[in-house]
This record gives sequence, structure tokens and C-alpha cells, in this order.
Amino acid sequence: MYELTNVTKKYDQGKRSVTALSNVTLTIPDGQMVAIQGPTGGGKSTLLQMLGALDRPTDGTVHLGEADLSRLGDGKLGVIRATRIGFVFQGFNLIPTLTAQENVETALAPLGLGHADRRARAAAALDSVGLGDRGGHLPAELSGGQQQRVAIARALVKEPTVLLADEPTGNLDEGTRDEIMDLLEGLWRDRGLTLIVVTHDSAVARRAQRRLQITQGVLKEVA
Amino acid sequence: MFITYLRRELAGRRKQTAIVAIGMALAIALVIIVNAVSSGVQLAQATVLESVYGVGTDITVSQTPAAGDTSGGGQKFDFGAADGTRAEGTTTVSRSRLTATRGTSTFDATALATVGAVDNVSGASATLALENTTFNGALPTRTQGTAPAEGATPPEGGPDGAGGSSFNVDSFSVLGFDPADEAVGPLSAVTLTDGRSLTKADAGAHVAVLDSSYATSASLATGGTVAIAGTDFTIVGLVTAASADAATAANAYIPLDVAQTLSGLTGQVSNIYVQAASSTDIIQVQSEIEKALPAATVKTQADLASSVSGSLSSASDLVKNLGLWLSLIVLAAAFLIAVLFTVSGVTRRTREFGTLKAIGWSNGTIVRQVAGESLVQGLIGGAAGIAIGLLGILVVNLVAPTLTAGTTSVAAAGAGGPDGGRGFGGAAQAAATSDIVLTAPVTVSVILIAVGLSVLGGLLAGAIGGWRASRLRPAEALRSMA
Repeated sequence: MYELTNVTKKYDQGKRSVTALSNVTLTIPDGQMVAIQGPTGGGKSTLLQMLGALDRPTDGTVHLGEADLSRLGDGKLGVIRATRIGFVFQGFNLIPTLTAQENVETALAPLGLGHADRRARAAAALDSVGLGDRGGHLPAELSGGQQQRVAIARALVKEPTVLLADEPTGNLDEGTRDEIMDLLEGLWRDRGLTLIVVTHDSAVARRAQRRLQITQGVLKEVA
Repeated sequence: MFITYLRRELAGRRKQTAIVAIGMALAIALVIIVNAVSSGVQLAQATVLESVYGVGTDITVSQTPAAGDTSGGGQKFDFGAADGTRAEGTTTVSRSRLTATRGTSTFDATALATVGAVDNVSGASATLALENTTFNGALPTRTQGTAPAEGATPPEGGPDGAGGSSFNVDSFSVLGFDPADEAVGPLSAVTLTDGRSLTKADAGAHVAVLDSSYATSASLATGGTVAIAGTDFTIVGLVTAASADAATAANAYIPLDVAQTLSGLTGQVSNIYVQAASSTDIIQVQSEIEKALPAATVKTQADLASSVSGSLSSASDLVKNLGLWLSLIVLAAAFLIAVLFTVSGVTRRTREFGTLKAIGWSNGTIVRQVAGESLVQGLIGGAAGIAIGLLGILVVNLVAPTLTAGTTSVAAAGAGGPDGGRGFGGAAQAAATSDIVLTAPVTVSVILIAVGLSVLGGLLAGAIGGWRASRLRPAEALRSMA
């Protein structure tokens, strides 16, 4: 479960200070699917970075279960990201020189698994997203939707408890968007993940159990 | 994962890998070639010096002639009215003189014992460098005091039968040495090709060993005789320089005591050759000899190296100055290129590294990845550099340029030439020249240095690039590409 208490995040931009999040208090129970909406620059991605242990708040605390993400060192945050949190990015963020199979394996590298075990799990993850026969292809040889599927497989191969998706359909056409969201929803239901999706697309947001709106760093529940 | 990612990155960024590797390869090849040529030049210099000063000579002791010192050379031949042989109106005169080589100075032979008593001297030998000059002349026989009358018969006699004269001067170098001290000095760098060498038993005897090239040119052979200072010496053996590229120190070698007697330089020597117990003792031995013999000139091999002249000397300067600096500059440029490309690569891969950190890769893993890629680029460059360097060495050895090397050592005066002739009053301290074929040896140390440099270059670039990568914060890295 996520517990955010009075979280504020400020960035220095030259002589000015920009407030990306302002006193955000939020609880997300395990297994919930949440959509976070808002205009560009409203603080969506910053909130996701707090939840994903990619950054620390300027003020306030962020708890994921017992772990206080706002106080842990970089090393421990890295371990949490490696074991408990999966990421899906708008731009897919695949390593262009690695095949689909190898991209999925990168998520298992920090876990110290053996080569054979790593390969087997990566292959199974690709299979679960419908790309079992595309493991040997480079990202440039895959469509946008296929690349995002690979990214989802990479996020889920380590069996995290949380999946964070930052505009996962932002670079996809409508048809592919629905495919990807169907996939994410299906995986959420099957695995009991906590799924948090940042999106500006209302069609995507409507699929979630709970919708939040963030504007100029201020978070509100959407009925 | 590490190897796979590394292999894919280097293959995926071929252009960058090639540029870094080529830069490194050129630098390392240059270092190898310059190093090898430098070694070759040093070997050539050592060969030249060995032929003059012998194998194992660490220090030479001599005495620089003072101004007005005529002990070395200055040829003068006097003939009395009754000298020479007369036949058919022609008077033939001939005289030989054995003198210290022109431009040299001799000193007391007791200096050898003084040198031998110095700590850490393992061997010492003394030599007397001489020049045998023979004046031959034929002139018409004249009756003193009677002027030819007007209308009298034209002159007759002389080698042309018409009253003309003919003179020639021949000279060759002679080295007096003590056969008991062959282990140090010029005789340690010769190989016996015929007959025998001189022994302790030859002291006082009129026996000689000749340089085989000189013997051939003078039509002399073992068992024959050679006239030195008007005295016939039995030729007991022929020698040649141990190195094919060098000449022996003299045309003829005779026992020291005989050389001293015939030249009138009893109890005198012109050079002492010293071997130190080890290379670390050379400076100490040099210093003590200088204190014991303040009037002497005491030189080490390093000092003697500067006496080598000719194109070998020019090659040595070129390699040392231009070669060294060029190598350093090219190496620095190659390292800089590697660093810049690595840092540029890290910057270009900001989102990639940010993503890897986001999915749990530690700083250490990413730094190792970047360092590994740089190291492999460096090793590829190193391997190519070694190959190009070896090819360059092969070219040098195939071309095998011939360099001339001269020394101004007095012991070398007159050596090397087919006739050794210096002419009447020949050039002072004439330099012995020899042709040396330059080779560039391949040594394991050079290859190891090359590998070391490529590793160093790769690690340096990897360390700097890795440092840049470690400073990337995942949130900023991902934000920067949003």
C-alpha cells in the first residue's frame, strides 16, 4: 500500500523555484487500479516519480508498505525498484541495440539470476504479452504496439507488486491504445497488481477503478 | 547480460568504435615503431662502440693531448747523403716509423695498476695506439756540389730515367696490447678467423695478428711477415670484428712491450679499458679513477655514445627528440578522442541509462558497463596498433637502411679502411667509420607497453565516462527526454 503524506516537490530553475507537487496526501491500497490525469506540466510525472522511488520529495513522506521511500538511500531505492516496482514509459524506452528478449532480461539482471533462468523467465514474459515469437527482433523491427508490449513484459518479468505506467498509450494509435490497455487491465486482474497509470487520455482513465486529477501540483479525487 | 550488452553496443555503434580504435591504433603503432627504432639505434651504437672499445668495457681512461703536445704523430724522415741503395743512377730510400697515433697522448703505464686497485673494478687492460708510417722514395743519384754546365748532357736516372723522383707514404694502425688482458678492451670484440691469437708467451716477440680485411688488401696472410717500424713481424693469426657491421680497432696487433720499445714510448700507454663489477658501480668507479688520476680523461659508455657521429648519430637524435615527442602527442590525442567519444556516448544514452536505473540497475553496474565498453575499444585499438606497429617494424627491417657511424676514438684511428692509409702527416685523430645496417628489434617489453597503453586509454575513457553516467539521476534522465 502507498501512503503519501504532505508530499511537496520543488525544483530549482535558475533563480526561481518551481513547485511540482504541493502537499499531496494520498493512500493507494494494494491491488487498486488508479488513473492520474491532468494537464501537461501539472505534476503527473513528478507524482509518478515519487511513487516509483525515482526521486525524493522536498517535504513529506512516501511509504510503500513499510519502506519510507523519502528517506532511503539511492542503493536501497534501487533495490526496491529492482524487486517491487515495474515501469512502463510513454516512449517505450527500450535499449535499441538489444533484442526484445534481451530487453526483457535487463530487468532481471539486478536480481543476480543465472543465465538460463533469466532467459526462461524473459521468454515466458514475452509469451504472456503475445510476443513469444518476436524475442529475437530488435526494437526497430517492431511496431509501436509491439514495442510497448515488450516494455510491459520487461516491467512484469520480475513479478513486481506495483506497475507504474507513464502515458503508456501516448505514442500509439487508437486501436493499439485499446490493445495495450486491454493487456494492462488483464495483467492487473490476473496478478493482483497495484496499477497506477498517468494519462491525459480520458478513455484510458475511464478504465481505472479510481481517478485522480492533478493540476499545478494539487491532487484531487475525481468522482 | 554484461557481455551481451557490451557486444551489442560496440557492434551497434561501429562508427564510434572504429574512430576510437583507429586513434588508439595509430598512437600505439607509433610508440612501438619509435621504440623499436630507438632500440635498433642503441644496438647499432653499441655495436660501433664495441668494435672500438670492446665488449664489457664500461669505462675508458685516456689523456687528452695538451696544446703543443707533439707526442702523437708529426712525421719527419731524415736521410743522410749515404742513405739508401743506389743502382742505375737511382737512389732508393725507405724508412718506417712507429709513433703514437696523431692527435693522441700517452701516459704512464703504472696507471693500469692504479685503476686495477679501485674498488669494484673487475677487469682492466691497457693498449698503446700507434701508427706505422713508411716513407719510400726514389730519386736520381746526384753528385753533391757540382752544378751542371751549360750545354751538358741532360739529367738521367731516377725512376723515370729522366732525372725525376717518386715518393709514397703508406701507413697503417698498430695496437700494442697485453694478451693476458684480452677479456676487456678492443680485443674482446674480435673473432679469430685464421691461425692463433697472441698469448702471454709472446711477450717480447716480434709476432703480430692482423685484421683480416687489412691483410687481404695488403696481400698478407698467416705465416707471412709484416714490417712494423722496419722490423719484420711474423703473422700468427687473422681476426675480424665480432659484428659484421663493424671494423676492428686496428690493422695490426702486437705485444705491448714490443710496441713500447719500437715506438720509443717505453712504459707508456694511450688507453686503459675498465670493466666494473656491475652496472650500478660504474659511476663510483669513474669517480674514484678521476680522483686517482686527475690528469686523465675518464669516460663511461654513455659518454662514449656521444662520440658516435655520422648518420647513426643523426638517427639517434631524431628518434630521441622528434620520435619521442611525436609519440607522446599522438598518444595524448588518442586518449582525448577516446574520452570525448565515451563522454559523448554517455550523454547520448542519457535516457537509456535513466531507464536502466529506473528498472533497478545500480550505479556500479552502469559504470562497469561503460568502462567495459571503453576498455574493449581500447583493446581493439591496441591489437590493431600492435599489428600496424609490427608491420612498420617489418618494413624498417626489410628496407634495412644503412647508416654511417664514426667514432673519434684514438684507438679507432686508421681502422676499417682497406689500406689504412692516412698519407704523410695524416688527419689528426681520424675517425673510423663503418656502415651499420639499422634493424628494429621486436621485444616483449614493447608489446607489453603497447597492451598497457591500450588498457590505460580504455580505462581512462571508461572512468571518466562512467563517472558521468553515475551522476545521472534517473528522474532527471527520464525527465530530460520527456
